[in-house]
Amino acid sequence: MMLAQETEVVTPNIEWSLIWPLIILSIGAVLLVTITSLAPKTRTNAFPAWFTAACGIGAASFLPFMYRRVLDEGPSKVIADALVIDAFTIFITGVICAVVVLVALLFDSYVSREGLAGPEWYVLMLLSAAGGVLLAAADDLIVTFLGLEILSIAVYVLAALHLRREASQEAGFKYFILGALSSAIFLYGIALIYGSTGTTRISDIGRLLDRSNPAGLVPAQDASMLLLGVALLLIGFGFKVSAAPFHVWTPDVYEGSPSPVVAFMASAVKVAGFAGLLRVLVIGLGDLANDWRPLLLAMTILTLLLGSFLAVVQTNVKRMMAYSSIAHAGFMLVGTYVAGDFDIEEAINGGTSVLFYLFAYSILVVGTFATITVMGRRGDDAHDIDDYRGLSRQQPVLAACLAVLLFAQAGVPFTSGFFAKFRVIAAAAGSEAYLLAAVAMLSAAVSAFLYLRLVVSVYMADGDDEEEAPLPADVDVPPVAMLVIGIATVTTLVFGILPDLGGNFLREAASSLLIG
Amino acid sequence: MIIAAAAFPILPALIIAPLLTVLALMLIPANRDSELKLAALVGTTITGAMSVWMLNAFDKTDAGFQFAVNRVWLEDLGLSWNLGVDGISLFLIVMTGVLFPIAILATEPHHDPKQYYIWLTLLMAGSMGVFMALDLLLFFLFFEVVLVPMYFLIGGWGHGRRIYAALKFFLYTMAGSALMLVGIVSVAFLSMDSIGELTFDVVRLADAQALSTTAQRLVFLSFALAFAVKVPLFPLHTWLPDAHTEAPTAGSVILAGVMLKLGTYGYLRFGIYLFPNAAHDLAWIFLTLGVIGIVYGAAVATMQRDLKRLVAYSSVAHLGFIVLGMFVLNTQGIQGAVLQMVNHGISTGALFILVGWIYERRHTREISELGGLQKSAPIFAAAFTLVMLSSVGLPGLNGFVGEFLILLGGFQGARWWTVIAVTGVILAALYLLWAYQRVFHGTPTGDNATMPDLRLSEGLAILPLLFLIVFLGVYPKPMLERIEPSVERLVAHVEAHVDGFESPGPEQVPAEPATADDLTETLEEAEAEAKGDDHEGDDHEEGEG
Repeated sequence: MMLAQETEVVTPNIEWSLIWPLIILSIGAVLLVTITSLAPKTRTNAFPAWFTAACGIGAASFLPFMYRRVLDEGPSKVIADALVIDAFTIFITGVICAVVVLVALLFDSYVSREGLAGPEWYVLMLLSAAGGVLLAAADDLIVTFLGLEILSIAVYVLAALHLRREASQEAGFKYFILGALSSAIFLYGIALIYGSTGTTRISDIGRLLDRSNPAGLVPAQDASMLLLGVALLLIGFGFKVSAAPFHVWTPDVYEGSPSPVVAFMASAVKVAGFAGLLRVLVIGLGDLANDWRPLLLAMTILTLLLGSFLAVVQTNVKRMMAYSSIAHAGFMLVGTYVAGDFDIEEAINGGTSVLFYLFAYSILVVGTFATITVMGRRGDDAHDIDDYRGLSRQQPVLAACLAVLLFAQAGVPFTSGFFAKFRVIAAAAGSEAYLLAAVAMLSAAVSAFLYLRLVVSVYMADGDDEEEAPLPADVDVPPVAMLVIGIATVTTLVFGILPDLGGNFLREAASSLLIG
Repeated sequence: MIIAAAAFPILPALIIAPLLTVLALMLIPANRDSELKLAALVGTTITGAMSVWMLNAFDKTDAGFQFAVNRVWLEDLGLSWNLGVDGISLFLIVMTGVLFPIAILATEPHHDPKQYYIWLTLLMAGSMGVFMALDLLLFFLFFEVVLVPMYFLIGGWGHGRRIYAALKFFLYTMAGSALMLVGIVSVAFLSMDSIGELTFDVVRLADAQALSTTAQRLVFLSFALAFAVKVPLFPLHTWLPDAHTEAPTAGSVILAGVMLKLGTYGYLRFGIYLFPNAAHDLAWIFLTLGVIGIVYGAAVATMQRDLKRLVAYSSVAHLGFIVLGMFVLNTQGIQGAVLQMVNHGISTGALFILVGWIYERRHTREISELGGLQKSAPIFAAAFTLVMLSSVGLPGLNGFVGEFLILLGGFQGARWWTVIAVTGVILAALYLLWAYQRVFHGTPTGDNATMPDLRLSEGLAILPLLFLIVFLGVYPKPMLERIEPSVERLVAHVEAHVDGFESPGPEQVPAEPATADDLTETLEEAEAEAKGDDHEGDDHEEGEG
């Protein structure tokens, strides 16, 4: 009897073909640990880097098939409906995989330069990437939370992984404390939403809160609980994507963490964070937009202004880039704000703008931090703006790439950075959020100063006073790192000249999120 | 005719030719100075020649856009490569084509020639693009992208506080144009309902006139701010003296000749054309700021001790005239403004080249350190005299025609502003002639006595500009008749869309200033008065001419 019952237990039907990327990333991490423990030689050579890059490429290679299937059959739900595989998930997975490949190559030269070779860097990154994919695909707040935790915990450790740098330990610790706090807040938010709606399934929450369905409305006595839950979720995501006023950890953590780890943090972690934010806000709470939009508006304006104005006074390049990443998050928040528009066309424009921004910025920031990694020299602490002086004479190609990446971050035309900003501004104007558009452009103009300062240091070494101070020591540019920087630079320029490359995919991804 | 225009895409060619030059420059090793210069010179000269060919092929009876090219670029956002030329942009393009080879020929960089020439030719491609873009967003792309090469030119090859100047230049312009992007996007979205699709096509947006009065004013102001920084209008002009003074000579020439025109051209092509109502209602602001610029620029120029800074401030005054002419909103005024944009490019470009040569020879630009150069370098002094008098606006030289038309138009449409502006003409004579007197007259002492005269290669570089100064002064008709139809079309557009507005003044413009003898006389008298006892300059001018 008991046995018979047990055989009848319904296990969720798993459609394996749709979760291969997730499987490859997580199994890849486990395999890497196993292989490197069995064959100790592989611990210190380039094997882990290439293995990880192969995992990234392998995971990404399934995406075209998945995309074709999504186009033919529409989005599907897998693992007891906990994950949605739609164009949006595929897009975010693609960006995360690209980042994994680039950062893996970057790790290789970094860990051998610092004498920290080992598989743990790669294993943690693969796990974190798997968490990011999970977060992007989650259709259940609990799974969202799981993804968020897998994503974050691996990165806490990565931040502290430079064993000889005290700053790195401090960064890891700081990141962990604040991250854990934000996770707690996030979880409390989930609890409150569950309490008021009776479900954690994001799409069900969306149906319950549908304005056109009066029977589905949450009873009035639960509404305040629901709103409090929404606010707590916003705070939790605010920490992850470093939106003001929850950004304070960012400069410290970026400054202290190993530079290639920051490349991953600023790209993949942010991408996954925004993916989760969009899913929860737009699908789950889309019809509450009138309630969360004012909150988001305040956060956005604060993020844009703080990010750009505080960046100006920094002299440490990593800190500068930390504030600049806050300002960029502000731009993405503008797009997110527009994605909450009740007019579906405008909302899709907003969603598209966020997705393009995420992609463009990820590539840009990986390239920039790859350069910073190289410039950090042995010990990873030559990050003062003066350490970049005269780079154009010593390493003209590296300097040119850095200049392109910086100008792209400033939003100069004919780079992907311009079209990223332009799409956001266009979306905002289309949904009549003129104030946001104006504030965003002002912030962009202010942040231009910080990129220019770095360019001055790189190209105009002798300064106004014409005094020839001794130039900093020459840097050693490993070919693999140069490859990463080169890929980032070329991508930036290609998307600046052909901004519509893959545009259909992009729009499909945004509309799959908004229409379903 | 359509087939003929399609036969050779001249407009894209004008952008692509400099870009190909950039590629060629990249392939030449960095230490081959003369080959680099030759390549840059050949590439820019070919571009210049093509622009002159276009001048010849231009149909002067057609007021609309010619040689038009339109390719979709970013479909879902209505962005396209939409290029075209009319009488307003024609001469600005030709001027760009002429000034670049001259600027390259006239001066040498003191280091890193390869990068220097790459930035200059890139700048040429961008400047060409700005003047022919008929897609608002494409215009913005070019408008912004030209900042980068100029920033590197000032910061890398400039003098003194060059990094400060380069940063200030970049940030002022970038901050000014930040809101313009919002404006551009807003006007496209607000016109979407009446046009039926999202487009940045200037002609279609201008014909739609879909914005409410308030929206039109706000968007117009967002454009106006960007252009006001670029022109520059008082009180946003403070970047200009720094950038001009610290820039290398070629940079100053292009900055004054080409880049300042982006602002004034922007007002005409985008400000007034897209937003006739707002431009008409708010014209008084720009008239006032223009006139303040004229008087303030002239007054400050008078006080300068640095010759290059003096020329820089004279630009503020000259550009004030152009703004005055544009915002009178009648044919004479606008026609004069367009003419004056070109004239200022030629005269001020030539002045910067000459001042650059003085600096190369004497390693100073302090007026008090110079003196008596006329004795040691007579041909140089003659060339300087001609250019300076053109800048003053002496009848018979190019500067006069434009200034006269502006004053003529202004007197009909904005009388009291014009009355004040006329004092600027007198002040111009004062500061330029006084500077000339201090630099070139007297007995040369020390190094001034041994200053070498104009070399043959330098003479060849400056000669085309001297020729244009005299030619356009004596016979401006070929230029005016090409500008006029497009300007009249613009004025008619404003009249059609602004209720109860009739462009002030008679419809027909006297192509030759002969019909207004009285005003000519007053101007001449004023100049003669200002010149006082200084007539030696005239002798040299005659000698040169």
